Amino acid sequence: MKQTIFTIKENFALTSNVYKMLLEGDTSAVTNCGQFVNIKLDGLFLRRPISVCDCEDGVLTLIYKVVGKGTEQMSAMGAGEKLDVLTGLGNGYDTSLSGDKPLLLGGGVGVPPMYMLCKKLIGEGKHVSVILGFNTKDEIFYEDEFRALGAQVTVTTVDGSYGVKGFVTDVMKESDYSYFYTCGPEPMLKAVYRTSVTEGQFSFEERMGCGFGACMGCSCKTITGYKRICKEGPVMKKEEILWES
Amino acid sequence: MGKLSVNLCGIELDNPVIPASGTFGFGYEFAELYDINMLGTFSFKGTTKEARFGNPTPRIAETPNGMINAVGLQNPGVEKVVSEELPKLAKCFDKKVMANVSGFSVEEYVYTCEKIDKCDQVGWIEVNISCPNVHGGGMAFGTTPEGAAEVTRAVKAVTTKPIIIKLSPNVTDIVAIAKACEAAGADGISLINTLLGMRIDLRTRKPVIANKMGGFSGSAIFPVAVRMVYQVSHAVNIPVVGMGGVSSAEDVIEMLMAGAVAVEVGAANLVDPYACKNIIEDLPRVMEKYRIDSLRDLKIQ
Repeated sequence: MKQTIFTIKENFALTSNVYKMLLEGDTSAVTNCGQFVNIKLDGLFLRRPISVCDCEDGVLTLIYKVVGKGTEQMSAMGAGEKLDVLTGLGNGYDTSLSGDKPLLLGGGVGVPPMYMLCKKLIGEGKHVSVILGFNTKDEIFYEDEFRALGAQVTVTTVDGSYGVKGFVTDVMKESDYSYFYTCGPEPMLKAVYRTSVTEGQFSFEERMGCGFGACMGCSCKTITGYKRICKEGPVMKKEEILWES
Repeated sequence: MGKLSVNLCGIELDNPVIPASGTFGFGYEFAELYDINMLGTFSFKGTTKEARFGNPTPRIAETPNGMINAVGLQNPGVEKVVSEELPKLAKCFDKKVMANVSGFSVEEYVYTCEKIDKCDQVGWIEVNISCPNVHGGGMAFGTTPEGAAEVTRAVKAVTTKPIIIKLSPNVTDIVAIAKACEAAGADGISLINTLLGMRIDLRTRKPVIANKMGGFSGSAIFPVAVRMVYQVSHAVNIPVVGMGGVSSAEDVIEMLMAGAVAVEVGAANLVDPYACKNIIEDLPRVMEKYRIDSLRDLKIQ
């Protein structure tokens, strides 16, 4: 973990409420895909945890959805403004277990962390398939970016306005894969868990106090004991997950 | 003896800054960032007889200038704290640590304190009779003078280290409770624990926190804390550790002026992991600004 002042390089809308922010600064603490950062914003007490979409050459890419005061404030920021960011938080994905044909499933703002993971897996010579799930055509982002990495990409929309009509799991059922990685809303994660026929990894989110393991605000129960989403997570292996309710 | 040094129940502290229980774990997360030996000491994660998971999530809500938590004393239980956490801590912290103990019955407080009292690394035992996040215990003992005195007496009978009783602000007369603890043999008082608070999500029409209510902390509560530290420290003759919303060197000085001999820093650690380090490094500047030579006996008249 590192506390760093970053400078906003770019910040623009990808869809009506999803934004992309490029930050310049010391990214040395970002050691794995699937990690997150925690951002201090003026006038707000708690930091805002945002997953890392990409990190290369001192530039951090974040994609975030405007859901409340914090993300709304972020969306109004412009190039040159500074942000106090804790980087290198969380464990991230373990790519050593992926096998030759990993399947990546991202839903909504669960898509961004899949990007850096996809890049890493392709860099390791894996044949990566990606399923990106959205509610409707207007919400889609990053389809072309995943294709540019060399992944085989399928987009699903719940209303059928683009790509395959249905959920990411509808495509998963028909897919041939050696392992899977997923991030998205909890109902989707549960559906992926039930549909999957191999081992895999899930990225979770929870309201956090600190984001670095001090407050126990984001604890969850797992097969292997209590874990902090922010510290031992956010990525958990399928075999350790205990769904509550 | 440095100019920042203070004395807490007979033990010298290099400075009065103490990360508060529940915001500093067992120190390791922070030891990765800086040498935590620069702290006066720190109060470790609230420990109970048995291991506890705590409350369901969400456990955290934001407020203007503060936050609400309902963690509910998640901890590995006293046996593991003594056999695993303290040996790990010994590798990154040479000073005496402040133990923090909670319970659901007088017997549990006694059991846990007795175990902890045998640990050389522990300098003080802070007895939390004020956790707002657990039912059937915790705060129940801290809301009446009789309950507070009962726990104090029982714990004192089985321990040798200084016992600091941590009080709840969620009471009508905190002075009466502090006096009852003093009369029952407490070596010190720490206050304030969190204020009971609540937030509601307008969109879902449900409380933000799964447990509905939780402990409200952060800079928003600082004036309440200063007031209560002032009232208690002027009513008892044992040392008072002040806490509640402290986030700057100025706040530390204000707490000391209110009558505290040392100061705990809580929620600020969660927002800025370097908060205590920054406060300690900034203290000499603030002391110079206000022409303060020593942090001992800063009490206002």
